[in-house]
Amino acid sequence: MKNLDTGKLLSDYGNVLVLLLLCVVISVVTLEEQSPRSTAAAENLAAIIVGDAGKDANILILVRRGEGQQEFANTLKNTLSKAGLNVTDTVVGTPADARAALGKQTEALDVIATDEHMAAFCLEQLPNLSKKYPTLANTTAYQPKKHLWPNFLKKENLLNVLKQISVVAIIAIGMTMVIITAGIDLSVGSLIAFSGVITALSIQQLSGGADPTTGHLVLGCAAGILVCALIGMGTGGLVTLFNIPAFIVTLGVMFIAKGLAFIFSQSAPIPIANEGFAWLGRGSDLMGLPNSVVLMLLLYGIAHVIMTHTSIGRYIYAVGGNPEAARLSGVPVKWVLVFVYTLCGLLAGLGGVMEASLHITGDPKSGTLVELQVIAAVVVGGTSLAGGQGKIFGTLVGALIIGVIRNGMNLTGVEAHMQSVVYGVVILIAVMVDQLKNRAQKTN
Amino acid sequence: MADAAQTPLLRMRGISKAFPGVQALSKVNLTLFAGEVLALLGENGAGKSTLIKILGGAHQQDEGSIEIDGNLVRLNNPLKAQSAGIGIIYQEFNLVPGLTARENIFLGQEPSRVCFIPRAQEEEKSRELFARIGVEINPNTLCRDLTVAQQQIVEIAKALAQDARIIMMDEPTAALTSREVECLLTVVRELRSQGIGIIYISHRLDEIDAIADRVTVLRDGAHVTTRAKEDLERHEMIELMVGRSLDKEFPSHECQPGDVRLAVKNLSRGTKVRNVSFELRAGEIVGLTGLVGAGRTETARLIFGADKKDSGTVELDGKSIGATSPRDAIRCGICLLTEDRKSEGLVLGLAVQENFGLPSLHQFTHKGLINREQESDAFAKYVKQIKIKIANHEQSAATLSGGNQQKVVLAKWLQRNAEVIIFDEPTRGIDVGAKYEIYQLIHQLTDEGKAVLMISSELPEILGMSNRIIVMNEGRVTGEISDVTNATQEDIMKLATLREEMAA
Repeated sequence: MKNLDTGKLLSDYGNVLVLLLLCVVISVVTLEEQSPRSTAAAENLAAIIVGDAGKDANILILVRRGEGQQEFANTLKNTLSKAGLNVTDTVVGTPADARAALGKQTEALDVIATDEHMAAFCLEQLPNLSKKYPTLANTTAYQPKKHLWPNFLKKENLLNVLKQISVVAIIAIGMTMVIITAGIDLSVGSLIAFSGVITALSIQQLSGGADPTTGHLVLGCAAGILVCALIGMGTGGLVTLFNIPAFIVTLGVMFIAKGLAFIFSQSAPIPIANEGFAWLGRGSDLMGLPNSVVLMLLLYGIAHVIMTHTSIGRYIYAVGGNPEAARLSGVPVKWVLVFVYTLCGLLAGLGGVMEASLHITGDPKSGTLVELQVIAAVVVGGTSLAGGQGKIFGTLVGALIIGVIRNGMNLTGVEAHMQSVVYGVVILIAVMVDQLKNRAQKTN
Repeated sequence: MADAAQTPLLRMRGISKAFPGVQALSKVNLTLFAGEVLALLGENGAGKSTLIKILGGAHQQDEGSIEIDGNLVRLNNPLKAQSAGIGIIYQEFNLVPGLTARENIFLGQEPSRVCFIPRAQEEEKSRELFARIGVEINPNTLCRDLTVAQQQIVEIAKALAQDARIIMMDEPTAALTSREVECLLTVVRELRSQGIGIIYISHRLDEIDAIADRVTVLRDGAHVTTRAKEDLERHEMIELMVGRSLDKEFPSHECQPGDVRLAVKNLSRGTKVRNVSFELRAGEIVGLTGLVGAGRTETARLIFGADKKDSGTVELDGKSIGATSPRDAIRCGICLLTEDRKSEGLVLGLAVQENFGLPSLHQFTHKGLINREQESDAFAKYVKQIKIKIANHEQSAATLSGGNQQKVVLAKWLQRNAEVIIFDEPTRGIDVGAKYEIYQLIHQLTDEGKAVLMISSELPEILGMSNRIIVMNEGRVTGEISDVTNATQEDIMKLATLREEMAA
């Protein structure tokens, strides 16, 4: 009994384990000396300088220009001044600026407070300069204490991973449901392009050449999403009414949607003349979380409730597990199938809008091969292609695994073709594990 | 012809085989001589199929020995059985529909995996085989274009091509028309004259009369008798097959039939269901029986909307219901407990509780969300009442034993609280104690004024439970027995084996 439970735990959450393991490996590989630039780091540095140099010391602050550097410099300056030290100058600029500032020192300079870049400059140049300028004879350069921290685990990087997977992960919700019914949807990649083009065109039409208003943007997005949902409904109709395998139907839809996206856009990206359109793709309003990530998490929550706590969710599993038994139990099998394909189309449409928002353009070239990434996320997430089994959060973990691998390879500079090889291997391993799991279940 | 002094072609001695929970065969003896037709008789579940599978190498006996030409053989896989000269014609043919008759005959016997197939030679051999059987079939016809009868001949030719000297036929005429049956019997006689030993399984006693030399009867996995056909009267065969006492197997019950609840009129679908009409009254259990393939399950599926009917009507409480899907039928108040719970009754990958709730989710759904606790409480009630043995409600249905699976299906439909309940083989694979509980449950349903249609192949069950019995054969209702207390299994078997011509 005990064994069986650990087995079930492993099969249900095995991919979480894989994800954690990956994170650990990538963290170790991307471990690097980090030189903090936060205000806290500036305060720490100031405290050390005050302790070492004592009061009345003359101090020059040298910080290289860059994002957040001004704040770092200001904090240093304020903290040091408050402690009664004499800050002769504060320079936020290039090494040339630093050299000029050093040359202008009139009194003996005791300390240079720097960031890591200027510290390197000082280390290199100070011996020479001190020969030229006697004021620099007894100068020591201080920089914030370095520490080891993986590049992978930086907050910006982690948010970036989430942001990068958001489109694939959102579409993977619909794909998970489709695959649980033992189907497949190859058209989602093309629908991304189609939705983006339709959205951009609708916005153009609505605004009539003038700058589009927010209302126009919302309506345009709705149009893009709705059209894709209708296409999904059509797919579901063909699958159920004519009994054509989903693989074939969606293959057809894939070509049609891609072609139409190019025809409607006349093969050129359609720009959207309102920066507000980038809100979904680039904005981050809630506690610094990107909007696309918030949307993704929200949709996963809803999908989880649908799959575990509603009739339609139960029906989806039943139809995938045994369509005949489901039908004889009064499950409206055809409607369930139409529902999942419609939802998958709708989410692909939403993915298209997100892509368009990211680039503020409706691009017929976007979404290429995304369907395979989506299917990969679902499969790696533990959903069986045979149908009847799978978990929504498993798919999120699957998408994360793929996103983390990609991020890790980018951070360590693995080139693109090698990345492709690695994805392939990961997918094969996932499917093998799935098979082993099934075999184990059968023998139980 | 059979001769006692001759060494038998096949001798099975003391064959026993147990499956978890069932003793399928116990110490069965069987002998077959070259050039004879041995009829193997028995009710469904008497152990015929197990015996065939042991001979075919699909199962191994737990005890007992098999001799061919007096030599002990071990048939531990199908290939061994094949090379020992045993050919089996199963009810479902093992032909590849997209290959030709010739290709099917020689499938798996290609001389070498790398060589080209000696096509002309194979074609010549196929023609020879067909000539030997006495039937003309073009070896280059695709199997899917052949009639069922022709496919059967291809199967026989395939067995002969593998030098089979023992041919077993499992219900070979179940899907044949009466003319095709005649042809087949001629083929069997031809094979017999060529010295091949034939084991012939059929429920159709007139065929047995026409062709068998000797008859072996099995009942409940045990050998009852083997006699020359001349020594057996037809009614004796039936008695030997079903002979069993009924006392105390069924709970006693009083029933006062009320108004007509379900009226089925002239229901038809192809050749499976032909012009079937009957009525079900409130508080009544009607037994529907007949041999396998008589069209009982098909009739039930038509009433339930699971298949499309060609014609006919179904009325519930005087109102015509045009159920075009099971969902419709369930909504109207009809439910069907299917015979095959693994493929039709349960979604094996789902948890037992989820299977239980499937038709009744609306009862547990509030504001769009399923209240799993309420569902669990409802299920727990049945787990206790019909003693379902499960570790927990979240266990997957695949892990349950057959009997427990059937009980889950039962619980699922009881929860749906339908007005008309059709049970298709409700106690198949269920042990005696649990059977009694299920019988009591069925009585309880009729006490509540519901109408029950019970399909069963087990005649004692039909006789013990029904208020009325409807017997079908070949898609038609061949008779109805209203006075159940004085009816016998022989009466039912007579109606169930009534051929078309006689029924008319």
